[in-house]
Amino acid sequence: MAAQGATASRSGLKSALPLLLPAYLWLTVAIFLPLSAMVFFSFMTELPLSGKPWAFTFGNYAAFFSQSLYLTLLWASLRLGLEVTLWCIVIGYPAAYVLAKVLKGRSREAIFLLVILPFWSNGLVRIFSWAMVLREGGILDTALNAVLPFKINIDLMYSYPAVIIGLVHSYVPYMVLTCYLTLQAIDDSLIEAGRSLGASRLQMLKRVIIPLSMPGLVAGAVLIFVPVVGSFMEPRILGGRTGTFYGTVIEDQFVAVFNWPLGAALSFILLAVVLVILALAAPMLRRAA
Amino acid sequence: MCMPKLTAFLTATAVFTSVLTLAANAAEVHVLNWKGYGADEPWAIAAFEKATGSKVVNDFFNSEQEMLTKLRTNPGLYDVVMINAAFNDQAMAEKLIQPIDTSKLSNYTDISKDKAGSPMLDHDGKVYGVPWVWGLTALAINEKSFDKPPTSITEMWNEAHKGRVVIRDDAVEAVQFGAIATGQNINDIKDMEAVKTKLTSLMPQIKTFWSSENDWNQMVASNQIDIGTYWSGSADRAKTHFKLPVSLVIPQEGAVAWLDAFSIPVGSKNVTGAEAFINYMIDPKFYVEWVTKVGAPVSANTKAVEALPEDAFNRKVMGDPDVAKRIQFQAPITDAQREAYLALWQQLKVDVK
Repeated sequence: MAAQGATASRSGLKSALPLLLPAYLWLTVAIFLPLSAMVFFSFMTELPLSGKPWAFTFGNYAAFFSQSLYLTLLWASLRLGLEVTLWCIVIGYPAAYVLAKVLKGRSREAIFLLVILPFWSNGLVRIFSWAMVLREGGILDTALNAVLPFKINIDLMYSYPAVIIGLVHSYVPYMVLTCYLTLQAIDDSLIEAGRSLGASRLQMLKRVIIPLSMPGLVAGAVLIFVPVVGSFMEPRILGGRTGTFYGTVIEDQFVAVFNWPLGAALSFILLAVVLVILALAAPMLRRAA
Repeated sequence: MCMPKLTAFLTATAVFTSVLTLAANAAEVHVLNWKGYGADEPWAIAAFEKATGSKVVNDFFNSEQEMLTKLRTNPGLYDVVMINAAFNDQAMAEKLIQPIDTSKLSNYTDISKDKAGSPMLDHDGKVYGVPWVWGLTALAINEKSFDKPPTSITEMWNEAHKGRVVIRDDAVEAVQFGAIATGQNINDIKDMEAVKTKLTSLMPQIKTFWSSENDWNQMVASNQIDIGTYWSGSADRAKTHFKLPVSLVIPQEGAVAWLDAFSIPVGSKNVTGAEAFINYMIDPKFYVEWVTKVGAPVSANTKAVEALPEDAFNRKVMGDPDVAKRIQFQAPITDAQREAYLALWQQLKVDVK
């Protein structure tokens, strides 16, 4: 029996191999190799490309701890990640619920399309559009002043809220999509059963709908939190004076001073911190899922 | 597609690509420069190709460090490279560029003596860089916010402009700007603490850190800023081509000047073509057309500047002998200095958050 099972699984793997191979080959070439090179670089004093003598060092990692600057920024970036994730839940979850359980047919397709639409435009274009909307004398400012009887001055550009708005807009579709999938999978008869047993709307939400859609919420939160913590384009363009974050500092090391070793070390510290956070949250996430 | 066919296909693709790469024949001139910086103007390339019969192949870099890396990792690929004079020394020391026989360049004798004889470009009596254009990092103002243009750099600290001041997001430029504001030599900053204090007090004034010409022009167009650091060529372009209310201010305290030059990399396969291209780039005819059509920095060729109209910005303002006395040319910066400047700049940006 056991031998039979083993051959079966082996032949299963054999037939799966041609299907898996392209993906794994791609992962190895496009992700694993460059990432290993970056790990290697992060322990070097100089980039070998620069033609200067180089040696192994822990100095790049020590640099993180020697200056309060990096820790402050890492904290700011983690907070940014949390806030953006939270706003994405607040905005995305109800939308996903409506899509999955309220709308049907054509109207669902239309709304779905609107949710996905931002994905079809280039990220940079979206950010620059926000810049036009948010600035003083911009679209939002002009439109509100045209409607409102009193004069208000809206200049959100180059501020922390602008960064949050830009990032939430970019990432909210992830939350809608992941929550939509789990919400749609909830059997309507469960909801009907709850109703017939006399549960109020709030109780239904707390006891049935949220617990059952938790995997989607968690997946969406992770998908959003991780890239937002390392984001640099949105803060740089929308944040102005307040737009310095951990991601922008890493970008500076790569682009401005060509200090790849330090940039790589800072990136891996970020990766480690994110992994630790996810590991700490894992028991909770597993229970939820 | 079955396996052998796929392999054959992939091999064919690989062979084809490598043939294309190797086909870089001698009649091609491979040029490495910033994108949109004169050497890649279609009309200029067309004129050069028509005159010489050689084909120009442009490649670009986004930072000086990237340019050096491209030279290091592709020996023999490039024939002409544009290097900021402050980096010429490093490129020569790493044996990336070769001496240039200036007797082959008919326009070389017209280059102003102080630029052609710059110790940053000439080493051991040999010329490693042909001066092309120079410009300033000075101040520019939104004309709508001023009745009379300011004359001092301290205007950046004026309370009246709080939240309407911009500075470029560049550590070296910021630190050198601070050095000028504290009356120091930009190439030999003795009192770094003073620079730090001065810049710290500037930070609350700042609206944002700009990074491209477009940023700056957009902010002026929507009347969001009053004053900020800006490049001389860009200020000229903003005024003459985009019709924006921008004017350049060269403060009495001084301004940072930079010099861009052309070099020939070691291993160039087409030195003759490279010499012809460099000679064309410093030619008055090309320069006048560049200024008129696109807007450009100041040519190092005195004849080229004289070919401009009397009242041209690059001739009238930049050619003013009084300006020449105030400006300080950027000298080479070591990697350690660059990293120290970045650390200081990042600290300032974090403190103001």
